[in-house]
Amino acid sequence: MSPAENEKPLLVAEGLGKWYGRRLGCRDVSFELYESEVMAVVGESGSGKTTLLQLLSAQLEPSAGKILYRMRDGAVADLWSLGEAERRFLLRTDWGYVHQDPQLGLRMGVSAGGNIGERLMAVGARNYGAIRGIAADWLGRVEIPQDRIDDMPRTYSGGMRQRLQIARNLVTAPRLIFMDEPTGGLDVSVQARLLDLLRRIVAEMRLAAIVVTHDLAVARLLSNRIMVMKAGEVIEQGLTDQVLDDPHQPYTQLLVSSILPV
Amino acid sequence: MHALELKSVAKTFVMHLQGGLQLPVLRDVSFAADPGQCLALTGPSGAGKSSILKLIYGNYRSDEGHILVRDGEQVVDVAGAQPRQILALRQRALGYVTQFLRAVPRVSALDIVAEPLLTKSVPREDAKKQAAAILRRFNIPERLWSLPPATFSGGEQQRINLARGLLPEHPVLLLDEPTASLDADNRAVVVDIVRERKRRGAAIVAIVHDDEVREAIADIAVDVTQFATAA
Repeated sequence: MSPAENEKPLLVAEGLGKWYGRRLGCRDVSFELYESEVMAVVGESGSGKTTLLQLLSAQLEPSAGKILYRMRDGAVADLWSLGEAERRFLLRTDWGYVHQDPQLGLRMGVSAGGNIGERLMAVGARNYGAIRGIAADWLGRVEIPQDRIDDMPRTYSGGMRQRLQIARNLVTAPRLIFMDEPTGGLDVSVQARLLDLLRRIVAEMRLAAIVVTHDLAVARLLSNRIMVMKAGEVIEQGLTDQVLDDPHQPYTQLLVSSILPV
Repeated sequence: MHALELKSVAKTFVMHLQGGLQLPVLRDVSFAADPGQCLALTGPSGAGKSSILKLIYGNYRSDEGHILVRDGEQVVDVAGAQPRQILALRQRALGYVTQFLRAVPRVSALDIVAEPLLTKSVPREDAKKQAAAILRRFNIPERLWSLPPATFSGGEQQRINLARGLLPEHPVLLLDEPTASLDADNRAVVVDIVRERKRRGAAIVAIVHDDEVREAIADIAVDVTQFATAA
């Protein structure tokens, strides 16, 4: 399916900014994200990319600007004019948030099946057998052996935990998923497997995604659009291959030229 | 109506890491291709042939001019289009084949070749069947199809990339040295496929160093040195 010209954006950021007292988190961020678009946000530590992700996912209230989101019924809502309960419901159902550290996104004392089932129950699933069946199916989709369904995530390896976190997020068929350095801290071979999995699932489910990463190789593999941040501001954005193959800004040229060839 | 038209396209690279060094590459690039026509870009190495293909594909951003690509009833100006317009154009109307495969870890050769069809919403089984047919045509042994190509030989990777790039029938097709380092049999496969596409109305812009292949596919030569900046 190709994006129709008259299609409406899923998420719109308008002049978004965040100050921590007198210190700048990020400012003047504006963009439109459409269904099935994957946007990478790149930049070095402290460039404001995680602040931006927290603003966009309504975990942090912006100091300036607004975020518009097209709900499942087609109505466009200003996120901060919704009630707290509605925002939380969005995050639990229509959105996903994949943390760099799976311990933040999982409940470590609850079984793998329970971790997945919990999100389903948040959208009203009550039949235990059905929930368990769906959880087992999702474990398979993220390449976790189904006989590990009753094990606690703390018995899982780092790569498995990250895949479990992804399953937990995707089980409610969200339309938008936020990812904060999803492959950070994993071995290269584990990273490759996770990237391949993410790529496939994002394409199959036609998910829109915003991926924060400092790794340009991850951005190239996962995203079709990219936004480069420096000192809290967006300095360059466009198609991923365009920005990486023909970077215009000095900082982007530095980033691209700093990739180590293998 | 042209399938593809470039009007006064210009490109200068600014190298900020070299003290803002300006590197003008192309100016006033203008030419057009009609359905069923194959243009060959000619000129010495470094004249900007590949840069022109990258500008058309939207990989490089042009500084001036228009790059008009026909997509069904509408015409998209790549020079001023939004990212998602360019992505839609690439999905439906614009193909680009180089000799280099950007291998994705863990994805099989068959899936790599079928992928562009899947994004065009071709059903999976059908896409795999077509991918298998073109792999066979490029003489890739069937035992390799289920393996990720990262460990394949250079020539095999190149043929897999050609299969992937040539499988979807795009009305505008850009070819950057598709036959470089191929053996005679596989060169002939490329020539056959390009001729088929021309007969079915594709407009093609190609960079081909091999004289024989160029003779076999090209209708018009466009000398790129005329677009070189006086440096």
